[in-house]
Amino acid sequence: METSMWRALLYLVGLLAFAGVNAAWLGWCERKGAARIQRRIGPCEAGFAGLLQPLADGLKLMSKQLLVPQGVDGIIFRVAPVLAMIPAITSLAVIPFSENIGARAMELSLLLLFALASIGMIAILLGGWASGNKYAIISAARSVSQNLAYEIPMLLTVITVVMISGSMNLREIALDQQGGFWHWNIFRLEHGHFLTMWISFIIFFICSVAETNRAPFDMAEAESELVAGFMTEYSSMGFGLFMMGEYLNIVVGACLTATLFLGGWDCPFGLTPGIWWFLLKIYVLIFTFIWIRWTYPRTQIYRLLNLSWKILIPFSMANLLVTAALIKVF
Amino acid sequence: MTVPVHLRHDETFVLNLGPQHPATHGVLRVKLTMDGEYIVKAEPVLGYIHRMHEKLAEGGTFAQFMPNTARMDYLHALAFNHGWALVVEKAAGIEVPERAEYIRVITVELNRIASHLLWWAAFLLDLGGFTPLLYAFDDREKIVDLLERVTGSRLTYCYLRFGGVYNDIDDEFIAGTRDFIKRLRGRMPRLYHDLVTHNIILIKRIKDIGFVSAEQCRRYGATGPVARGSGIDYDIRKNEPYSVYPEFDFDVPVFDECDSMARYMVRMHEIEQSMRIIEQALDKLPAGPVMGKAPKVLKPEAGYYYSAVETARGSLGHRLVCNGDKNPYKLKLRSPTFSNLSLFGEVAEGMLLADALAFMGSLDLVIPEIDR
Repeated sequence: METSMWRALLYLVGLLAFAGVNAAWLGWCERKGAARIQRRIGPCEAGFAGLLQPLADGLKLMSKQLLVPQGVDGIIFRVAPVLAMIPAITSLAVIPFSENIGARAMELSLLLLFALASIGMIAILLGGWASGNKYAIISAARSVSQNLAYEIPMLLTVITVVMISGSMNLREIALDQQGGFWHWNIFRLEHGHFLTMWISFIIFFICSVAETNRAPFDMAEAESELVAGFMTEYSSMGFGLFMMGEYLNIVVGACLTATLFLGGWDCPFGLTPGIWWFLLKIYVLIFTFIWIRWTYPRTQIYRLLNLSWKILIPFSMANLLVTAALIKVF
Repeated sequence: MTVPVHLRHDETFVLNLGPQHPATHGVLRVKLTMDGEYIVKAEPVLGYIHRMHEKLAEGGTFAQFMPNTARMDYLHALAFNHGWALVVEKAAGIEVPERAEYIRVITVELNRIASHLLWWAAFLLDLGGFTPLLYAFDDREKIVDLLERVTGSRLTYCYLRFGGVYNDIDDEFIAGTRDFIKRLRGRMPRLYHDLVTHNIILIKRIKDIGFVSAEQCRRYGATGPVARGSGIDYDIRKNEPYSVYPEFDFDVPVFDECDSMARYMVRMHEIEQSMRIIEQALDKLPAGPVMGKAPKVLKPEAGYYYSAVETARGSLGHRLVCNGDKNPYKLKLRSPTFSNLSLFGEVAEGMLLADALAFMGSLDLVIPEIDR
C-alpha cells in the first residue's frame, strides 16, 4: 500500500467528515429514536423531519458563552473536552471500513484502539477534577472505577478473537472472517468456536456499553444524582465536544464490534461484500445502543462493579480457557 | 445495600442537594454530610417555598381559602379541597347532597390516580428511566382532560364548594371516565408492569433499599403509602370513614417488606383500587342536586374543628379554630409529606447517594405541601 500525500489528505478529510457527520446526526438519530420509543414525534421543525436540528443545536451551543467558573483549573478545564474528542477521531484511522478503505492497517491496531479508549476516560477524569465541583469529582471517580472494571473483561474477550485470527491487525481479523456468516467470529464453525464466541460477543457488547458511559451504565452522568456529572460546569462547545466525543465513542465501539465479531465488511450470504455492509452493521449496533438507553432505568455503581468483577471477568476468563482448548484440541 | 458500612466521621465533606437539583422535584434542600459516596448525615432544610398559607387563611373568608388549598399539594389538589370543605362543613353544619358526595369521590379518586401516575413517572426518572415518564403522562393527560371538563382547570382545582361541588358531571364525563379506566387497565400489565415493575434493574435498585420500619413510621407519624409499605394497615378512608367511602367495596393494599419496592407496589395497587371505587361510584351515582343549602356568609360557631382525609401521600388533617367571625380564627394543617420526609434523615444514614435518592423518590415528596 503506497502512502502518498494525496491519500493521507483524502483520508484525513474523509474521516473528519465521517466523524463530524456522525457526531452531529447521531444526536438527531438518538432524539428521533427516543421519540419513536416514547410515542412522540421528536425534532420536526428544522428542515425535513428535523434533519437540520443538529445544525441549529450546534449554532446555539457555539453562540453561548464558554463559561470558566472561578476556582477551576483553567488549562485542564479547557483541554479536557478536546481530549475527549481527539482519541475518538484518531481511532477511526485504524478501522477497516472495507477491503480497500481504511487509512492505516497497522499491525497493532487493536492495541492502539484500546490505548486511545483509555485516553477518553482520562478526559472525563480531568474534566471532572478540574471543575472543582463536588458532583463532577464524584462522577469522575465513578467513571474511572467503571472503566477500569470493564476494560479487563473487554480485553479478555478480545484475546479470544486475537487467538482465533492470530493477528492484532483489525484488517487481518476482518479478512479472516470473509465468505458468509458461518465464517464470522460470532458463529464460526471451524474448531467449534460458535460454542463460546457468542458469550464473548455478549460480554464484549455489555462492556462496550459500559465503556461508552451509556445507559443503563451512565453512572458518570446520572442526572438525578449528580446533576450532569463531569459536564456540570461545562457550557457552550465545551459541553458540545463532550457530547460529540460520546457519540464518536459509540461509533468506534460499534465499528470494533462489527470488525471483531460480525465479519467487518463481509456479507452474510457472500454477496457483494463492501463498505455498505459494514455501515449497515454499525448502524444496527448503534440503534441497539439507543434502544437499550431508552428502555432501561439506570443501574447502581456497586451493582455495575459487581457485574464486572464477579460475573463478567470470571466468565471471560473461563471463555478464554475454553477457546484456547478448542483451538488446541480440534 | 444491606451490608453495614463503617463510616468515617472525620473525613467528610458537605454536599448540598438542592434547592435546585434534578432529583428533589422542587425547592427542597438536603444538606448531606458525605464520606465518599456514603451518607453520614442527611438534614432536610425546608422553607424555600413557604408561602404562609395557614396565616393567609385568617385574612379571608372561608370560601376565599379554597383556591389556596389546591396550591399546596398540586398533585392531589382535590383531596386538599375535600379536606377544607369537610372541616368547614363540620363547623357550619352544612349538609351535602348525595350526588355531590359521589361526584367528590369520583373526582378525588381520579385525581389520586393522576397523582400516583405522576409519582411513578418521576420516580422512574429518578432511577434514570426516561421513557416511562412519557407513558405515564400519556395516561395522566386523559385524567387531566376529564377533570378540566368538570372543574375548569387542569392542575390547581378549586372544584369543591361548602355544601357540594361547583359543577355537575355530564354523560360525556361518565363515558370518558369508563373509557379511561378500560384503557388504563389494558395498558397497566404491559407498559407499567412488563416494562418496569418486572425489570431486573429496577428490582435490584429498589428491593431491600430504603428500609423504613413500622416503628419508625409511628415515631415520625408517617402515613399513606409509606406506612402501608411498612405493614401498617391504616387508611383514613377505611379507618375513619368520611364522605360516602363506606358504601364502596375496596381494599387497602398493605405490604410488609418495608423497602422502596413495597411502597412502589402499594401505589401500583392503589391505582387499581381507585379505579374500583370510581366504577362503583359511577354505577351507583344517584340523581339530584349537586349543591346543598349553604348560607352566603359563613359564620360558624366558636370552637375547635378537625377533619382528616386520605390524600395520595397520606393523611391530611385540617385543624380549624373559629371564634364566630366570618373568617377562620386559626388554621393548622397536618400535611402527610412533612412527616414522611422527616424520617429521611434517619433512614438515609449510611446509604449510598444513589440509593438515598431512590429512597427519596419512593417517599413521593411534594414540596409546596411541606412548606405550605
